[in-house]
Amino acid sequence: MTENTNRPLIEVKDLKEYFPINTGLFRTKPLKAVDGVSFSINKGETLGLVGESGCGKTTVGRTLLHLYKPTGGEIYYDGKLIKTKDDIRRFRKKATMVFQDPYSSLNPRMTVADIIGEPLDVHKLCKTKQERQDRILELMDYVGLNSEHAARYAHEFSGGQRQRIGIARALAVDPDFIVCDEPVSALDVSIQAQVINMFDELQDRLGLTYLFIAHDLLVVRHISDRIAVMYLGRMVELAPAGEIYDHPLHPYSKSLLSAVPLPDPKAARANKRIVLTGDIPSPLNAPSGCPFRTRCQYATDACAESMPEFKEVEKGHFVACHRVKEIN
Amino acid sequence: MALLEVRDLRTSFFTDAGEVKAVNGISFNLDRGKVLGIVGESGSGKSVTAYSIMQILASTGKIVGGSIKLDGQELVGAGEKVMKTVRGNKISIIFQDPMTSLNPTYTIGHQLVEAIVLHTDRDRKQAWDRAVEMLRLVNVNEPEKRMKQYPFEFSGGMRQRVMIAMALACEPDILIADEPTTALDVTIQAQILELMQQLQEEIGMAIIMITHDLGVVAQLCDEVIVMYAGSICEQGTADEIFYNPRHEYTKGLMRSIPTADTAGQRLQPITGTPIDLLNMPEGCPFAPRCDAAMKICIHQRCERMEINDDHAAACWMNVKKGIEDGTIVPEKKQEGGEKA
Repeated sequence: MTENTNRPLIEVKDLKEYFPINTGLFRTKPLKAVDGVSFSINKGETLGLVGESGCGKTTVGRTLLHLYKPTGGEIYYDGKLIKTKDDIRRFRKKATMVFQDPYSSLNPRMTVADIIGEPLDVHKLCKTKQERQDRILELMDYVGLNSEHAARYAHEFSGGQRQRIGIARALAVDPDFIVCDEPVSALDVSIQAQVINMFDELQDRLGLTYLFIAHDLLVVRHISDRIAVMYLGRMVELAPAGEIYDHPLHPYSKSLLSAVPLPDPKAARANKRIVLTGDIPSPLNAPSGCPFRTRCQYATDACAESMPEFKEVEKGHFVACHRVKEIN
Repeated sequence: MALLEVRDLRTSFFTDAGEVKAVNGISFNLDRGKVLGIVGESGSGKSVTAYSIMQILASTGKIVGGSIKLDGQELVGAGEKVMKTVRGNKISIIFQDPMTSLNPTYTIGHQLVEAIVLHTDRDRKQAWDRAVEMLRLVNVNEPEKRMKQYPFEFSGGMRQRVMIAMALACEPDILIADEPTTALDVTIQAQILELMQQLQEEIGMAIIMITHDLGVVAQLCDEVIVMYAGSICEQGTADEIFYNPRHEYTKGLMRSIPTADTAGQRLQPITGTPIDLLNMPEGCPFAPRCDAAMKICIHQRCERMEINDDHAAACWMNVKKGIEDGTIVPEKKQEGGEKA
C-alpha cells in the first residue's frame, strides 16, 4: 500500500459491453456480456474478480482498458474521465494487461528482449538504444529472469517463465494499474505460487494497483484486498476478501464458495456444499428480473419482476439481492 | 488379491532427442471399490500411467518393462485382442476435455449406442434403452430428447456427464478419470464430483482419479499417489498424505497452496522449474529443487520406505530421521544411508 490509499485510482460507472450476434440475415441481437457494472479500485489495492466462465469477468477487464469500445458507461482514471483517443493513449501508458495463456500471448518470432521492448518502442519511451537495453534488463531483473535470456525466443521457456516475460512486458511502460486476466491458471501448483508471490512483491515495490481476474477462488482470496463476484454480466456481490469468504450474503456467492474443493480431507468431509442445479443461462436469453433466480433456491415471484439493486448492506459490503435481509 | 496390480511399470517415449522415461518404475495396487488419486505436475507421468494401463499410448510411446495385472490377468504384452475386451468393458477412461472427446458430427445417442453395441451383446434397440437409462443416471434432463442432439447443443458440464455415462454404460470394474473437471467451472466441478462419488458408492467400481488439484483429491480419494518426474515419491491414505507428508516434494506442494491462513502473507513456493526428463539426474529427481537436499540426495535415489501400514515414501529425510531416532541402524559410517 502506498500513499493516497483511499483515493480511487480507477472508477467504473455503469459499464456496459454488448456484442452484436447474428440471429438471421440482417438481424442481430445484442449479447449483453457486461450489463451495468460499477466499482472502484483504490491506489495500491488488489480487486479480485471471480465468476464462472461466461459471466463477463474477462470482458470487464478488456473493456476497462478500452480493448473493446464500451457500449455504455464511464471509466475514470485518477479522477479524470477517459473519452477521447488522446485520453485512451495516455491511459494505456498507465494501465496494462497480463494475459491468461503464456503460450499464445507471446509472439514466437520475437526474442524476449523485443517482446519486452515493444511497449517501449510503441510509446517512444527510450531515447537511445543503450537506454532501451538497460530498461529491458532492469525489467527482466524485476521478474527474476536472467539477463542472458534476452536473446532467446519464447518457445525456449516453460509456462512459468513465459508468464514472467508477459509480466515484464506489462511493466515496461511503468504502469500504475495492471489487469491480470487469469495469470496463473495455466501454471502448475508449484510454479503458480512463485508467480503469485511475484505479483505481491511487485505491488509492494512499485506501488501497483491490480484488477485480478481468476476462477480459482483460493488464489483470489490469497491475493485480493476486496473481491467482486459476477454472474451473467452483472456484479452480485462486492466486499473485503475476508468478509466475502466468511460471510457471503448473496446466494450465488454462497454456493460458489461452498463448491471450492478444499485441500484438506477433514474439512472436505465436513463441508456442506450448496450444489446448484443446472447451468448458467445463455446471456442471449437472460432471465427477467434477477439473473440468478432460475438457479436460486430462495427465488420468489418478486425476483422475476425487477432487477435487484446493487446496494451497500453493510459497510463496504455490496449485494444485489431482493431477499438479502430475509435469507441471512 | 487386488483388482489391479501394477509392478515396476516403465513407459518411455522414443523421440528424436532421445528416450524420455515418462514413467520410471512405479508400483501400486488398486482394490475393488476404492478411489485412488494420482497427483503431480504436468510431465510427472500421471496421465502416461493411465494411458499405459489402457495401452492407448501415442505411437512413439512404449511400455518397456513391468507388469500390469487386472484380476490376475497380465495385460503387458497381452496383445490388441485381449486389450479390446478390457477397454470399455473392464476399464473405462474419461478425458480432461469433454469438448474434444465427443465426435461433433454424430448425435449423442449414436455415440452412446455405438459404444454399448460394441462392448455388449445388446442389439441397437436394447442399447438405446440402456443409453437413455445411463443419461438418466448421470442426471441429464429429458434423456430421450437429448439422445437426438449433437454435442454442440450440450454445455461443458453436460458433455462430461455424457462421457461418464458412456464410460459407465458397460459397468467397468475400474474408471480412470484423467483430470475430468479441470476444464469446468467450480460449481459444475462440484456437480460432477458429487455424481462420481454417488455412482461409485452405488455401482461399487474402483476409480483412478488423475489430477493436479489437491482439493479434488481431498474430497474424493481414499488413497493418494504423489508422482514427480515419472516416479512415485509418496503413497498413502489421503489423511496420511495431507496431515503427515513425508516427502519434501509433497510438503512443498502443500505449502504452495493458498489457504485462509496465507492471506496477506507470502506463499512458500517450490523453487526452480520442473525437471527435464531427457536429462534426469542420477540421484533423487527432486533434489535440484529441494531445500533440504543432502549430499546423498544428489548421488543416489532413495528407495521406497514404509512409514507405517498406510504410508510409504522415497525420501532420504526419513532415513536421516530414522537414524537420529535410532529406528534405523546405518550399515556403514554416517552417510551410508541404506535401510537397515
